Formats: sequence, C-alpha cells, structure tokens
Amino acid sequence: MKKTGFYLLLLMVVLYCSGPLLWQFITSIKPDAELTRIPPVFPTEATMGHYISIFKGHPFPRIIINSAIIAASTTILSIIIGSLAGFGLAKLKIRYKTLILGFVLSVSMFPPIATVSPLYIIIRALGLRDTWLALIITYTTFSLPLSIWILTNFFREIPDELYRAARVDGCSPFQAFYKIMLPLSAPGFFTAAILIFIFSWNEFLFALTFTSTTASRTIPVGIALFPGLHEVPWGDIAAASVVVTIPLIILVFAFQKRIIEGLTAGAVKG
Amino acid sequence: MKDSGNRFVMPALVLLSLVTIYPIIYVFYLSLHRRLLIFDISRFVGIDNYIFLFKDDRFWNALKNTVYFTTLSVSLELILGLAIAMLLNKSFRFKGVARALVLIPWAIPTVVSARMWEWIYNTDFGILNYLIGAKINWLGSPFWAINAAVFMDAWKTTPFVVILLMAGLQVIPLELYQAARIDGANAWQIFRRVTLPLLKPVILVVLIFRTLDAFRVFDAIYVLTGGGPANTTETLSIYAYKVLFQTLQFGYGSTLSVVVFLCTGAISIFYIRLLSRGMR
Repeated sequence: MKKTGFYLLLLMVVLYCSGPLLWQFITSIKPDAELTRIPPVFPTEATMGHYISIFKGHPFPRIIINSAIIAASTTILSIIIGSLAGFGLAKLKIRYKTLILGFVLSVSMFPPIATVSPLYIIIRALGLRDTWLALIITYTTFSLPLSIWILTNFFREIPDELYRAARVDGCSPFQAFYKIMLPLSAPGFFTAAILIFIFSWNEFLFALTFTSTTASRTIPVGIALFPGLHEVPWGDIAAASVVVTIPLIILVFAFQKRIIEGLTAGAVKG
Repeated sequence: MKDSGNRFVMPALVLLSLVTIYPIIYVFYLSLHRRLLIFDISRFVGIDNYIFLFKDDRFWNALKNTVYFTTLSVSLELILGLAIAMLLNKSFRFKGVARALVLIPWAIPTVVSARMWEWIYNTDFGILNYLIGAKINWLGSPFWAINAAVFMDAWKTTPFVVILLMAGLQVIPLELYQAARIDGANAWQIFRRVTLPLLKPVILVVLIFRTLDAFRVFDAIYVLTGGGPANTTETLSIYAYKVLFQTLQFGYGSTLSVVVFLCTGAISIFYIRLLSRGMR
C-alpha cells in the first residue's frame, strides 16, 4: 500500500517534469485543423507535415548549423583556456591565488544585462556584428568561471608527485601539463564540456542583441522570432522545439551522472 | 621546487578582464551620459539619469515585478525541489531513468520552454484550460500573467534545486535517521530536527544561485509575455533591454543595467555573509 503511494507520487513528479515536452511533441504531429480544436487531445492522424515545413521553407537548417558551430567552438576554447588556468591554480605557484579564484567566482554572478550595452558598442566598433565570432568570444568568457571551477577541482585530486616526477624526468611545465595531467583529468573535461555546450546552445540575450540575420542567428533567437504570416504557427514551433531539444535529451540520458557531478561541483564546493 | 603558473592563468584573466571587467566599467561610464546610438549623440550629464530613475514610475514598477517574481518563484522552487529530492532520494527501481526525466526541464532552452508554456496557457486551445475546464486568459490578464511566468520558471528550474538538494541529502549519515527513529521521532520530527538543519548550508547555496538567476530573469518572460499585459510582467532586465535596444537610449538603459548589477551584488554579499556566519 505504502509502495503504491510512493510510485503514484513518483509518476506525478515525472509527468509534471516531462509532460510539457510531451504535449509539445503531440502538438508537433497534429494536423493543422486539429491545432485549433480541443478535444481531441491526441491527433486522430499523426502528420510529419510540420517537420517537413520547418526544414523546407525556413532558414531553420542554417540556424541549427550556426548554433552547432558556435556551441562547439565555445566548448573547445573554454576548455582549453579553462584547463590551463585550472592547472596553474591547482598545481603551480601563483600569487594572489584566492583573490583570483574569488574574482572568477564573482564574474560568474554578473548579470548579462549589465554588460550587454558596452559589449554591443565594442562589437559594433570592431565590425563583429552578426558574426559567429562575436558570440563565441562572449560565450567563451562567460563560461570560463564554470570550466575553471570544475577543472581546478579535478586537477587538485591528481597527486602532486605525478607532476613532480614528470618535471624530474625532464618535462617542461607545459609538457607535464599536456602529457601527464590532461589525460588523467579527462572525466573533468567531459563534465565541463557538457555543461558549457548546453549553456551556449541555450543562451538568448547576447544572441538576440549581437545577431541580426540568419548569417549568425542561433536557435533560441530563431525560435523566439519564429516567422508567422498571419497567426502563430504553433505546429511548426512545436516541431522546431522538439528538433532542437532532442540533442539535449540525448545528453541528459547519456551523461546524467556527469551533469549532476558538474552542477554539484560548481555549486556545493563553492 | 614550485614552478610559476602565471603564464597558465594569463589567457583566462586577459579574456575575463576584456569581456567582463572592462564592460562593467564602461557601463558605469555610459550611465553618466546621454547617448543616442542612431544620432551619434554622446554628452556627459552627470547623475541626471539616476535622478530621472528615481522619478520613473516604470522603473519602480519593474523593480516591484522583479522582486515579486524572484520571491515567489524561488520559494516555490525550494518547496517543490525539496519534496522531489526527498522522494528521489529513496531507493527504487529505474531510479536513473526517473532522475533523467526530472532533469529534462533544466536542459530545455529557456526560450523553447517559454514557447511551450505559451501554447499550454493558450486561452482557447491550450491544454491547461482544457484540463481544468476553464477559460482563463492566463497571459492576457494582469493578475494571471506574472503568476503564469512564476509557475513556468518554477517548472524550468526546480530540477536544478533537486540535484543540489539530493547531493546534500546523500551526505547525511543514515545512522542519524535510525537514531532518531529509535528515540521515537515521527517522520515530521525527523524532517524538522534532522534533515532540515543538516541541509541548511546546501539550501543557502541553492538560494544564492536561484535568487541571482531569478532577479536577472530575461528570456523566460521576454518570450512568454514580452513584459505585457500593460507592463505587469516587465522585469528590470526586460525594461533595460527595451530602453537599450528598442528606443536606443544607451545612457539611461545603461543606468538601469547598473541598477541590476548593484542589486545582484548586494544580494550576493547578503547571502555570502549569511553563509560564512553559518560556517563559523
């Protein structure tokens, strides 16, 4: 009896969390005539029409490519710069170490709206408006606190002796870093990479202000400004939502442990 | 022998200074100017923008909305998150799948979730009105719109709270629960006297992250309602964005940005003090 109650509660929680996405999926396969009618809740006949339409008439494929390139470049850059810093902070002699870590942490609390107007002016002056580069630089910087934080913690767990042994064997600090330390902290990279990728894939404010055409527009902007001639194309929006969410759902199911580890390392230890 | 790590942290520090510190200084500078982007007008006006701010009803309205939204959604997330975390902390089959399903709202882009809820809240064809058998204009009525936004935000961010609280629950030793049970404590007493006090530091960390995030809310509400109806859902970030990029007043818009920055600064100092007092 107690067991049934528990599973009933669990079912409610799971439905509450995944229900809205499920509803979006159902909407995406409904024929247009049934979108402006409820009931029926479920489509009498499933259609792929909305999926075909977003890939045909819209700049949607191009927007997905923009997002993929920007998110992937950001992830790689942020991991490279963040791991160098994390290694330095965890294993080498640096003056004002606590000050630097405190600075990095406080940057992560900056509200994006506070930097968007000056960054816009700078980006316009540099002629970088509506380019991938503008978003890549911005995202890399704003994701640095996260990658530095996670990677510093990972490097700390590797024994100092390994680094010293590498130095005695004639490696330069840099060689010791990429030959010995990097391979050992691969799990940390992975954790940080997943979180940074999701952050850059989802970011909206900077993307909205720095982009103006489909040359660099990313998925969140594309979905927020979804073109509709006369009325809101709910079916197409639903289909687009499902398409851009699938990669994230795959990440969540495949790397659930890493995501949880990353979120708690970034928060609980801070 | 310890090697110097200066060269290793340099790239990160340079980038952080150029893309975050320099703009923060710049935004303070801009806030003291009257600057219209299209006409290339830029004139030093001292604290005029700040004086105007004090007399600006729309600013006070936005501040009120932001505080209302932050307080309500953070409380809701904490209560829901705590309940779900305690439920998921039990051992059962398919725990991994359940946890992944609970994480879904966190992973969905905020913009996508705003459009999802916009459709759910639709007056005529929305599933919500169908399920409760009503015809409520959720996003069009001044009373419901801000609460609809709160509810959406709570749905989106509760998973984050759940994850952190579960991590906190896992470090509580099982012996403590057993001891309390032997002493005759009931479930509620165990929760009040054992779980809650030991979870306090984690709850504070959750509150820091969530309060800061909710206070600077932009995407969720901007896409869901655009700040309407009649500015009843306009938060500080949305107001600042509109002044900056719709009316192109970079001076006054930057003043609003500075206010958001100072508020989040004050919030984090408040929480960090609370947290360090708890540690001692």
